[in-house]
Amino acid sequence: MDSSNLLSIVTFVYGFAAILYIAAWIFKKKLPGLLATWTALLGAMGNAAGIIMRWVESYKLGIGHAPLSNMYESLVFFSCTIAVIYLVIERTYKNRILGVFAMPLVFLSIAYASLSPNVNDRIQPLIPALKSNWLIAHVMTCFFGYAAFAIAFGISLMYLLACGDKKGKGYLLSHFPKPAFLDNLTHQMVTFGFLFLSIGIITGAVWANSAWGSYWSWDPKETWSLITWFIYATLLHARLMRGWQGKRIAYVSIIGFMAVLFTYFGVNLLPGLHSYAQ
Amino acid sequence: MKKEHESANFFSRLWKFFASIRLTVFLLLSLAATSIIGTVIPQNQSPADYFHNYGEFFYNFFSALNIFDMYHSWWFQLLLFMLTINVIVCSFSRLSTTWKIVFVKIPPFNVSKFRRLSNKEEFTSKRQLEDLRNKYEQAASKKYGYYRAGQTDKGFCIFAEKGRWTRLGVYAVHLSVILLLLGGLIGSIFGFEGFVNIPEGETVNSIILRKTDQIHNLDFAIRCDNFSVSFYETGAPKEFRSTLSIIEDGRSVLQKDIIVNDPLRYKGINLFQANYGMLSPEEITLNIMSRETGMVYKKKTKIGMPIVLPEGAGTFVIKEHRNSFIYKGIALGETFLGIHNGKDGSSIDIMLPLNFAGFDKMRKGDLNFSVADYDNRYYTGLQVTRDPGVLVVYSGFVVMIIGCFVTFFMSHQRLCVEVVKNGNKTKVMVAGTANKNKLGMQARVKNFSRNLAKL
Ligand code: HEM
Repeated sequence: MDSSNLLSIVTFVYGFAAILYIAAWIFKKKLPGLLATWTALLGAMGNAAGIIMRWVESYKLGIGHAPLSNMYESLVFFSCTIAVIYLVIERTYKNRILGVFAMPLVFLSIAYASLSPNVNDRIQPLIPALKSNWLIAHVMTCFFGYAAFAIAFGISLMYLLACGDKKGKGYLLSHFPKPAFLDNLTHQMVTFGFLFLSIGIITGAVWANSAWGSYWSWDPKETWSLITWFIYATLLHARLMRGWQGKRIAYVSIIGFMAVLFTYFGVNLLPGLHSYAQ
Repeated sequence: MKKEHESANFFSRLWKFFASIRLTVFLLLSLAATSIIGTVIPQNQSPADYFHNYGEFFYNFFSALNIFDMYHSWWFQLLLFMLTINVIVCSFSRLSTTWKIVFVKIPPFNVSKFRRLSNKEEFTSKRQLEDLRNKYEQAASKKYGYYRAGQTDKGFCIFAEKGRWTRLGVYAVHLSVILLLLGGLIGSIFGFEGFVNIPEGETVNSIILRKTDQIHNLDFAIRCDNFSVSFYETGAPKEFRSTLSIIEDGRSVLQKDIIVNDPLRYKGINLFQANYGMLSPEEITLNIMSRETGMVYKKKTKIGMPIVLPEGAGTFVIKEHRNSFIYKGIALGETFLGIHNGKDGSSIDIMLPLNFAGFDKMRKGDLNFSVADYDNRYYTGLQVTRDPGVLVVYSGFVVMIIGCFVTFFMSHQRLCVEVVKNGNKTKVMVAGTANKNKLGMQARVKNFSRNLAKL
């Protein structure tokens, strides 16, 4: 079995975990919830193992490099980080409802990598521009950031749902955490994401400067990551303004995640240096 | 008098305007929104392309707004400038308050404030007051560093805190934003970006600037001693490598191999491997074989220099060298193109692909040609930059990361433990506040209180 096969299996494990989280939420039973956690954990471990295997395989092919060099590898890493961050939150706050929003994201990311015909899962040799230790730091920090924003996005959706349910009588919403808790958690995730996005942009700039002599050149992918950064900086400051807590913050967080998605997928439609990501 | 008052009023209004977070949010959102334009409309292309793509009206409209180089346009720079003023004014107007809090000699402390907190922890202990005091002081000092204990009417209380300085983290973040913009400004004023192509074995001492296409002289000369390129089996490039020497006063002072991601830096100037190419060959040796006699003749020639063919077959001239050539849909790769002029006035196009030595045989002419040898020389394409702002920008990077970490994950935490006598038992209250992450502080207070109860 090679890493691609393993990661295809992980895709189904995650899918199953997502279904279990949703079932636990709808039927409000303990058992599916417990199963969901263990399945998600199994998926995350398989996911991590897949990444390591791929790393080893690339060395066996004689073109050894960290498995973070193309769309497929970054998506796989993305789902792994969301899963791990989610599981940490679940353990910290002893609440599984967030899994209803987080686990489908994990599943979608890796499913797109494994199943989409647009994403090539072959291990490719690195072109000269990508041969840099900054590549690893850059991609890892960016994706930590993106994963935190993804979870903030999930929580913001929950927040809007919870606020929409004024009377607190909705059957499905009755186990939701309090809006204040969700608001606080969104902020925590955004700060985590903001730190890592900042480091991601910075390592990217340092890398660009060592590869082609300019730390910032306004190429579309760079610019979109900066746009994302501006949006989350807005969120951090808007919280300090009267009348901007709560719902509006949730909307900004959702818009921010749209910008993340565009930075990641949309920019490949535009020309630029980062076209390697295809 | 009145005028003075008015101007003071104007000044304070301006100050307030620039100190407002509302302006920050507006500027950040404007920067985010306008930045999109430049990712959709390609930047810095030739006017003819734009004219072709957008038509006259939009071409004029976009030109007027500098959309084709929008990140350097006056209005985008104005937004950045406003943000800088905003962050400076805002920081200054708040710094004095924060300064007073951070650099206080004796941290102020008010028990009744802690008593009023809604989420305080309480428990009773069977131990005596004095017994507890020692232990609690130790626990507080271990966990918090700074602590102070005092007598109260019915017992004692301990005040402990840490992380007072972390209140400065956010100023570091804002300082870093200023450093980045300042570094960028320094780079754009005092730096340059250019390129130069150097054939193997040759030396240059000037480059061409990208922005203006002007020639820029360097204080030293650069010699390209060697260039090599290697490929993966897939055909994708693996490595470009140039061996460069720096020449000063006719002497070579430094030699280094550069590859992508490993540039050469000398006297503030950076040389990066950017691209490469082939020089057209100068001397070509041809094999000419006669079908009739079976004789093979070797002839040296240059591009554009006709040679007289043996056996009275006329003349032959190599017209050009192509790095790639396609014939009837087949890619022949690197190819020489020539013309054979026969005695009878005929003229035949000859293709000499280097990868297919027997190609010309298939023509079945009286003479067939192939390339025996030629001098192939590469040139290396270097990106040459100077940016004295980089150091400022990089220090901004470091300050930003540290500042964000401190701001997001550390806080100024204050804790109060009050112990009072209650009959023959003692009552203990633990309460705490933090300037950030209040939920996290609640958990910490709970933990601390549980630990105290165990002592
Ligand atoms: C790109 C520019 C900026 C960045 C990256 C930035 C970054 C930050 C960050 C990370 C925080 C901490 C937020 C938190 O604790 O949740 C913050 C807080 C703050 N920022 Fe900015 N900021 C920027 C521009 C500005 C500007 C122009 C102002 C001017 C009004 C400003 C005013 C503030 C204030 C007042 C705070 C709150 C400080 C406190 O909590 O005591 N920021 N900023």
